[in-house]
Amino acid sequence: MLIKRPPDIPSSEITSEKLYHNRREFLKNLAGMAVSAGIVLPGCTTNAATETAPPVPGPFDTNEPKTPYEDITTYNNYYEFGLDKSDPSRRSRNFKTKPWTVKVEGLVKKPATYALEDLVKGFTNEDRIYRMRCVEAWSMVIPWMGFPLADLIRRLEPLPSAKFVEFKTILAPRDQMPGLSYGGLEWPYTEGLRMDEAMNPLSFIALGIYGKPLLNQNGAPLRLVVPWKYGFKGCKSIAQIRFVDKQPRTAWAIANPGEYGFYSNVNPEVHHPRWRQDRETRIGEFFPRKTLMFNGYTEHVAQMYAGMDLRKFY
Amino acid sequence: MVWLKPNKWWIYKPAVFLACVAPAVWLVWAALTGNLSANPIDDITDATGRWCLRFLLITLAISPLRQITGWNSLIRFRRMFGLYAFFYAFLHLLRYVWLENLFVVEDMIIDIGKRPFIAAGFASFLAMAPLAFTSTKKWIARLGGRRWQILHRLVYFSAVAAVLHYYWLVKLDVRPPVAYAAVLAVLLGFRIRNAIRSRSFVRREDLKVQSL
Repeated sequence: MLIKRPPDIPSSEITSEKLYHNRREFLKNLAGMAVSAGIVLPGCTTNAATETAPPVPGPFDTNEPKTPYEDITTYNNYYEFGLDKSDPSRRSRNFKTKPWTVKVEGLVKKPATYALEDLVKGFTNEDRIYRMRCVEAWSMVIPWMGFPLADLIRRLEPLPSAKFVEFKTILAPRDQMPGLSYGGLEWPYTEGLRMDEAMNPLSFIALGIYGKPLLNQNGAPLRLVVPWKYGFKGCKSIAQIRFVDKQPRTAWAIANPGEYGFYSNVNPEVHHPRWRQDRETRIGEFFPRKTLMFNGYTEHVAQMYAGMDLRKFY
Repeated sequence: MVWLKPNKWWIYKPAVFLACVAPAVWLVWAALTGNLSANPIDDITDATGRWCLRFLLITLAISPLRQITGWNSLIRFRRMFGLYAFFYAFLHLLRYVWLENLFVVEDMIIDIGKRPFIAAGFASFLAMAPLAFTSTKKWIARLGGRRWQILHRLVYFSAVAAVLHYYWLVKLDVRPPVAYAAVLAVLLGFRIRNAIRSRSFVRREDLKVQSL
């Protein structure tokens, strides 16, 4: 498993960004060639070919240009390391992610403190190229690597009474997380999803970006990714998962309930009380672009909110 | 000023001018060489906004400094500082007018009506504009010193609105805008104290006249 001993992997063995692109290109071409040549060998369709090799763009992937790795790893909001966008990459060097345990508790059949290796054992890593829309009106396109959150939840077997799932970031000592000295948010950082949101096939646990293990500034060793919600819903460096029957109190909603709600779905029609949300600056672009409803994932998520007043449940 | 030789203004003024333009030059250089963050437009917006505020505060600090230190020559730099505040405000506003609203006036009017922090920033800029326009000696003469002075008290409003603009826009950490607000409070407090003193002085003079 990749996550087990990331530092033991010599950097020469980590797939370079260029190769990563080439790999996908190669597979796309391969698939295209097979189709155009009308080759359909028994037991060797293009689908079978992709099972043994890294996947071609899946149904949830965007084909928009990916944000460079350099930008994804240096422009971050991770207040445990500081308030400036450059703080997480500059001030997270002492953060220890090994060994890592995740405490699973609450309304669940298998409450325990799991070693990360055990928690993710047997899951196949897949790539997901998602848009990431920050509540601050900028966005990126990030090729995550990980597995669907639903797989993990099924493994943990929540009780039927569990209606929500709550995630908590680790509360590390201050020498590891120098930003903790600022008391603007309640630590540990808490996020949450309704159970159906958590089980949505888009909800994802990321272990890596561009095929490389997550860096500390991106939420190593594992983080939540919920692409139709504002970025802050993506709880980083998860140390605790709790299944509960009441809507969790989440970090930003505690800090400023008038401005941040539990749902925090990307919604160009519901503005932040102080700034607009119908436009965003895509990192690397000069002119802002229009923000899409549910960050462009309407077809996958809208049915979960049918009949809900999204102005009230922002 | 004790440590400045009066015959050296031709050096001091350009030196200060270059120092004031340095942040803008640095921003352009950093943007062109990739030395800003992944979001250079936000970086430039933040930096120009902060430099505008700093120059507003420097401008407002001139009178108190003159009074305290007796360095009356400081007045020679005040217009330059004020114009630089306007210069950085203009660059700051350009993002909003151009990149965010593509020069569509209707959009901006609606937006200003909706968002107090935008309204405050816009008001601050609008108050600064006539001051920049009438900053020349010609305009002082045209308006007359007294009227010119009254007009230029708009700078107090502009500074208060600018600090409010900053305070209203921060996501979480209000410490920086509060720090600017504190400095502004001291600078405005100084003027209030002066006003109270001169009024009580006038009253004492009145009493003297009556008692005669």
